[in-house]
Amino acid sequence: AKTRHALVDPLEGLFRRRAAFDDDFFLELEEILIAADVGVKTSAWLVESLRADVRKKGLTTPEEVREALAARILEVFGDDESRFRLTFAPEGPTVILFVGVNGTGKTTTLGKLAYRLKGEGKRVLLAAGDTFRAGAIDQLRLWGERVGADVVAREEGADPAAVLYEAVDRAQREGYDVVLGDTAGRLHAKQHLMNELRKIVRVVGQKLPGAPHEVLLVLDGTTGQNGLRQAEVFLEAARVTGIAVTKLDGTARGGVVVTIQKELDIPVKLVGVGEGREDLLDFSPAAFVAGLFGEGEGRTP
Amino acid sequence: MFEALTERLERAFSRLRGRGKLRERDVDEALREVRLALLEADVSVEVVRDFLARIRERAVGQEVLESLTPAQQVVKIVYEELVRLMGEAREDVRWAKSPPTVVFLVGLQGTGKTTTAAKLAYHFLREGRSPLLVGADVYRPAAREQLETLGAKAGVPVYTRHDVDDAVRIAREGVARAREEGRDVVLVDTAGRLHVDEELMAELERMKAELAPHEILFTLDAMAGQDAVRVAREFHGRLALTGVVVTKLDGDSRGGAVLSVRAVTGAPVKFVAVGEKLEDLEPFYPDRMAQRILGMGDILTLIEKA
Ligand SMILES: Nc1nc2c(ncn2[C@@H]2O[C@H](COP(=O)(O)OP(=O)(O)OP(=O)(O)O)[C@@H](O)[C@H]2O)c(=O)[nH]1
Ligand SMILES: Nc1nc2c(ncn2[C@@H]2O[C@H](COP(=O)(O)OP(=O)(O)OP(=O)(O)O)[C@@H](O)[C@H]2O)c(=O)[nH]1
Ligand SMILES: [Mg+2]
Ligand SMILES: [Mg+2]
Repeated sequence: AKTRHALVDPLEGLFRRRAAFDDDFFLELEEILIAADVGVKTSAWLVESLRADVRKKGLTTPEEVREALAARILEVFGDDESRFRLTFAPEGPTVILFVGVNGTGKTTTLGKLAYRLKGEGKRVLLAAGDTFRAGAIDQLRLWGERVGADVVAREEGADPAAVLYEAVDRAQREGYDVVLGDTAGRLHAKQHLMNELRKIVRVVGQKLPGAPHEVLLVLDGTTGQNGLRQAEVFLEAARVTGIAVTKLDGTARGGVVVTIQKELDIPVKLVGVGEGREDLLDFSPAAFVAGLFGEGEGRTP
Repeated sequence: MFEALTERLERAFSRLRGRGKLRERDVDEALREVRLALLEADVSVEVVRDFLARIRERAVGQEVLESLTPAQQVVKIVYEELVRLMGEAREDVRWAKSPPTVVFLVGLQGTGKTTTAAKLAYHFLREGRSPLLVGADVYRPAAREQLETLGAKAGVPVYTRHDVDDAVRIAREGVARAREEGRDVVLVDTAGRLHVDEELMAELERMKAELAPHEILFTLDAMAGQDAVRVAREFHGRLALTGVVVTKLDGDSRGGAVLSVRAVTGAPVKFVAVGEKLEDLEPFYPDRMAQRILGMGDILTLIEKA
């Protein structure tokens, strides 16, 4: 029940309006980047880099300039594709935690990943580590039913670290391949909630050395510049290993990811493009950069 | 990371010694800094453009007041315009002449509709009204259970149906129930949806046509970025929003999207949400929001000195 939205390509318009790559051109380009949530600082840096490219390499056609810009952004992401893949424990259960601010899509992304891993023949256990939000446990149970995965849950208000502990324990005893741990949404500015998260990570690590193998920061793709702060604080408190950007099926372009990548170098690993169990993509820098300019490639599964 | 606007402006103006009138050149220099501050706060590029044009008009030729430097003078104008744009007077809920007052909560996924519906119900209950919550999100897993749990906590009854997957029908039955029971306000929780989701946007239009709500409140996540302007325009174009609730203001986002949404819809911000608990709902104060967007705790003292 979804209409895929074909985004207009703002670069097209810019190239049509501006024949020369002059100050006005670069000023407008900067606004296009900012409008994609890339942020003032990173946009300015990109535009300056591109300006230098145009001068040094004598670029003259829109195609060349577009390519040079894409190359600059791709450089930020790096070309080591393996960084963008999830890591699994060589043996024993792999534990993946989902963390982030409220309402970004943690539980949904977890459900979608469970569906994917089940499809790969893995034994998947879901841990209802959000014991706080009304209906969170029910929501996770429904995802478990939807994708055919078992769920470890306690009552509302239970200690989330204890739920995670129990899930890892059960996974070890019963030979599950993967534990996907949900956590409650929390604003990074709230110390006590971030401490609770620290405890969850610590307890999981004590139970199973090397765990959690992935801590995915689920970032709402419609988020603006606050996304960088989220990444900074969650990285510090929960040693985030990767980012899942969600809601890129709308018209938001998720440009803050470029800034996060540039400043903190946390690889993006998953992309959410809808509410259904199949609406999950692996991150591809090329597709993401194309989507930033609205070509729409890679935004649709 | 963000330097306070005042400091920036003072730097921009540092070479200016004389007072007198603000000259075009000085104003433009200042506006460059204002532009950056607004963009860093996530105000949309197009809204910033219009806003600056207005500031420029107001600022050029203004006397620099005795007690203010040119930098402070510009900041003062920016601040006043921001407050003005966000609406100076607090606006109340549009109560129906003959109850029940019907309120829809609409918006993107995960912005806080369900939580806000429950908070509003709780707020109205404490004002002595008799609210009913209606769970009309038939899509998100456990959305109805979530509302039922929140309703129980708030001490407000919830009407929903787990055996029906027609949201419009549940909403219609909910309003009918409120009427039967003599309840005076009905809060309808709708599913999160993308503004470009044709089918779900049409569902809201049908729901509106049938139930003629008195309020259609748009929930805006305070962390929203540049796209908020497009989302709000689309929701407003199809539903004629009557108000905005800004959520998650308990975080550290600057909340510039509030300005964008206000600018494109004209709909007043009626409440702000500052936490996950039922009591975490507050009235909207445009001046506080303006300070937040500009990132300046110091602005009040500055202006008070004026
Ligand atoms: N369009 C779209 N909606 C999404 C996507 N991912 C999640 N959602 C929706 O966003 C809303 C919030 O998702 P949840 O998974 O509950 O988010 P959460 O981070 O677990 O939320 P909390 O636990 O309350 O912090 C739901 O309505 C989801 O269906 C996505 O990629 N695209
Ligand atoms: N910190 C904070 N969290 C909030 C606030 N309002 C809502 N939340 C949280 O944000 C998340 C999403 O809230 P919901 O009320 O489920 O959002 P929704 O718009 O109904 O989501 P969908 O129905 O999936 O579209 C939950 O974790 C809420 O607890 C707020 O003002 N502050
Ligand atoms: Mg969740
Ligand atoms: Mg909801």
